[in-house]
Amino acid sequence: MRYLPKSPADRQQMLREIGAASIDGLFSPIPPEYRLARDLKVPRQMAESEVMDYFRQRAGENATGYALFLGAGAYDHYRPVLIDALISRGEFFTAYTPYQAEIAQGTLQAIFEFQSMICELTGMEVANASMYDGSTAIPESVMMAARLTGRSAAVVARSLHPEHREVLATYAKHQGLPVSTVGFGENGRVDLAAIEKAVTDQTACVVIQSPNFFGTIEDAAAVAELAHRKGALLVVSISEAVSLGAVKPPAEADIVAMEAQSFGVPLGFGGPYVGVLATREKFVRQMPGRLVGETRDRNGKRGFCLTLSTREQHIRREKATSNICTNQGLVALMATIFMTVYGREGLKELARHNLAKAAYASGAFAKKAKVLFAGAPRFNEFVVQTSEDPYAINQRLLEQKIIGGLPLKKFYPELGNAALWCCTELTTKAAIDAAVQAVSK
Amino acid sequence: MSDKTASRHVNRDEGLIFEKSSPGKAAWKLPPLDVPEVDAAQALGAAARSELGNMPEVSEIEIIRHFTRLSTWNYGVDTGMYPLGSCTMKYNARVNEVAARLEGLANAHPYQPERASQGALRILKTLSECLLEITGMDAITLQPAAGAHGELTGILLIRAYLESKGNPRKKILIPDSAHGTNPATAAICGYAVENLKSNAAGMVDVPSLAAQMNEDIAGLMLTNPNTLGVFEQEIHKIAELLHAKGGLLYMDGANMNALVGKARPGDFDVDVMHLNLHKTFSTPHGGGGPGSGPVACKKALEPFLPVPVLVTKPDGALAFDYDRPSAIGRVRMFYGNFGMHVRALAYILANGPDGLRQTTEDAVLNANYIRTKLTGAYDLPYPTPTMHEVVFSDKLQAKFGIKTGDIAKRLIDYGFHPYTVSFPLVVHGALMIEPTESESKEELDLFIEAMLAIAEEAEKDPQVILEAPHSTRLSRLDEVQAARKPVLRWKPPAKE
Repeated sequence: MRYLPKSPADRQQMLREIGAASIDGLFSPIPPEYRLARDLKVPRQMAESEVMDYFRQRAGENATGYALFLGAGAYDHYRPVLIDALISRGEFFTAYTPYQAEIAQGTLQAIFEFQSMICELTGMEVANASMYDGSTAIPESVMMAARLTGRSAAVVARSLHPEHREVLATYAKHQGLPVSTVGFGENGRVDLAAIEKAVTDQTACVVIQSPNFFGTIEDAAAVAELAHRKGALLVVSISEAVSLGAVKPPAEADIVAMEAQSFGVPLGFGGPYVGVLATREKFVRQMPGRLVGETRDRNGKRGFCLTLSTREQHIRREKATSNICTNQGLVALMATIFMTVYGREGLKELARHNLAKAAYASGAFAKKAKVLFAGAPRFNEFVVQTSEDPYAINQRLLEQKIIGGLPLKKFYPELGNAALWCCTELTTKAAIDAAVQAVSK
Repeated sequence: MSDKTASRHVNRDEGLIFEKSSPGKAAWKLPPLDVPEVDAAQALGAAARSELGNMPEVSEIEIIRHFTRLSTWNYGVDTGMYPLGSCTMKYNARVNEVAARLEGLANAHPYQPERASQGALRILKTLSECLLEITGMDAITLQPAAGAHGELTGILLIRAYLESKGNPRKKILIPDSAHGTNPATAAICGYAVENLKSNAAGMVDVPSLAAQMNEDIAGLMLTNPNTLGVFEQEIHKIAELLHAKGGLLYMDGANMNALVGKARPGDFDVDVMHLNLHKTFSTPHGGGGPGSGPVACKKALEPFLPVPVLVTKPDGALAFDYDRPSAIGRVRMFYGNFGMHVRALAYILANGPDGLRQTTEDAVLNANYIRTKLTGAYDLPYPTPTMHEVVFSDKLQAKFGIKTGDIAKRLIDYGFHPYTVSFPLVVHGALMIEPTESESKEELDLFIEAMLAIAEEAEKDPQVILEAPHSTRLSRLDEVQAARKPVLRWKPPAKE
């Protein structure tokens, strides 16, 4: 086996030095009836060329080279080649959690930069070293809010990503944490009157997404006002991180739960992505996940280390703020490099391109179908309602190598024949025109 | 350090990226817009943003140098032996990376139509089949994003199963040698944690288990081999005791690198378990993630698996089934860390049945070799046979004021990443060493030499250990200060 660095003679010599008669002798602690006496039934050992052939074939069975109008929590942005060039350095990708700070300063400093940039972009005071993804950042935020307020209920906008809501439901069910849902209004924004009614003195937090699942930008300040009036916190989820280049960050939020996939992370059929949790400084000790802090070495030189770990499971066990152990180190590094490449001006320009493409597309669709939720600003997604079933439209589009918007029937049956369309800087005018054509057939 | 050895170049002391920024530098360029320009302020109104705070402005070469310099301050498996116990720091094959970046896999959108995703679904299906064969279990979900996330999924499966029988029960039993994630997970799933003590051999104390087991207990979370690297030889009795009172056996699969191709948890009556693809199946640790924690279970638990579940349609096409009324729900959006699934399958294909077995044998051989060579110089608290990792204590060195954490720092000077320090908690001053199969005899011999040299230094020159590491850019960092006055982000220096 080409990954194994031992010759048969090495093995024999090592066995002799251990004083073992055979390799099987080393497995004698396993009761004989449980020892596998046959080969595993998995495919035979393959050469590297065969492994690549296998995956090339699988890749060929997926759609490639299609124009993509899907967003809904996973966004197709250009990935600068610097990202893979840098994260492929073995010192980054074959390292583990930076517990030994003296030989992990690369990882630690990069995470510190990640935390700093996330704070700049979200308007929060502290950010952690990352979470699994945006969806799991939601229950972690809600549980954090429950600890901070000593209350145990959550009010969640129905315009929060449906799969995020499903994940929250799975976690909340066993925490004695009832979750109530509030709808959206004509303009696609969360129904403020419904929030006012739903928030009680038992509510730990209100959770909204902005831009929300329909691409509509919420009035976070108004929601914060309603939540805070009753002593509840506001959690704002950001699924499309690129929006932060154009949209005012939710500075009124107490916790920002974010999915940073848009920052240079491949679509990759849904993962790995990178979640982030950001909050106010005064809440940091109830925050889950790893944190990197600045410190000094014995000679007074600046360095970085993991810190405030007394919140975490390996110290606190069942009393920890979360059971989370890992972060998404390498994916957070991708996001850090992406944020660095675009930086202060590039992110603005990138967001402006997204706005322009979506504005052109929604304008073009509006001539042939109904674009919902016109009354509030949106970023790069919009909902198109058609007379025809969107699945049928998409079928037609596929033949033209276009993947159309996400039919919403499954998640929002009340919207009828509606689909969620997304345009990014990569969407071409030609593809938009072709899609609009097909929709109006 | 004297001026003779100290480099004055900035590459020894790369600043923060923010400190390199100045207005007007750029590493980006967008193509001309092919649609009309939009005035963001007008389009977004009150929601528009004009400033991005202190985000950096730098050029491309500066970014390359910045992160390349940072990388050189890291130690990885590619640098040398990384015997971090419980973490299975094995070789991360490059072909896995190339496969995962193939156009068609890396660019697949999770919501693209299933008929345009058959390649991705086939990968999930084949990986599932391989993992079921390797574990001897009946059903699997690849959705959990990491090991601890897999634990959560597994315990929720137990909870749902017991609820369907009328009573979810109140407690989960956890051995004192367990990973911290185990009790934290049980708590998140709404269970109280009851500690189970180990016996003198470092195994679950079966009489204690018999005494503690009752109908309030939902299950036991067992790591096997456990964190001492010891196989729970009385596993059949443990499973029997649990099952007799209607409880279930959860196995933390963190240590599957000791079992693949040699023994299958399904055969020794485990009901549900998670795997760590980033440990056993060589997906890179990436400086702390991404992980992937598939959960495999027995038939009786299958109805409760998270949605969606992968199914084969009558025409042979693969599809996701969302109509699963008993499911625990979702634990993550989409289908899990697909990129890690690709890498794990690439590892399995490159190994085949013979390679997987040889891998396990080499991992166990390496741990036993280290044990033989270091016993005597280091205290071995449990003489029970070792599987894939061995745990020593710092008892002999503590006499000279040297603790496990100090030995670890000195090991850095000898060119190695330290072992796991002070875990498992059942061993005071633990040195937890897991070499994995990826080390040659030469590398192991160097490691052993280093450990023996440090044992000698502890006696003769403890100061050199207490001041270690000496060879790194930074000396020991003040972690107390970091926690007392946390500085968790960069801020521009205050203007004079």
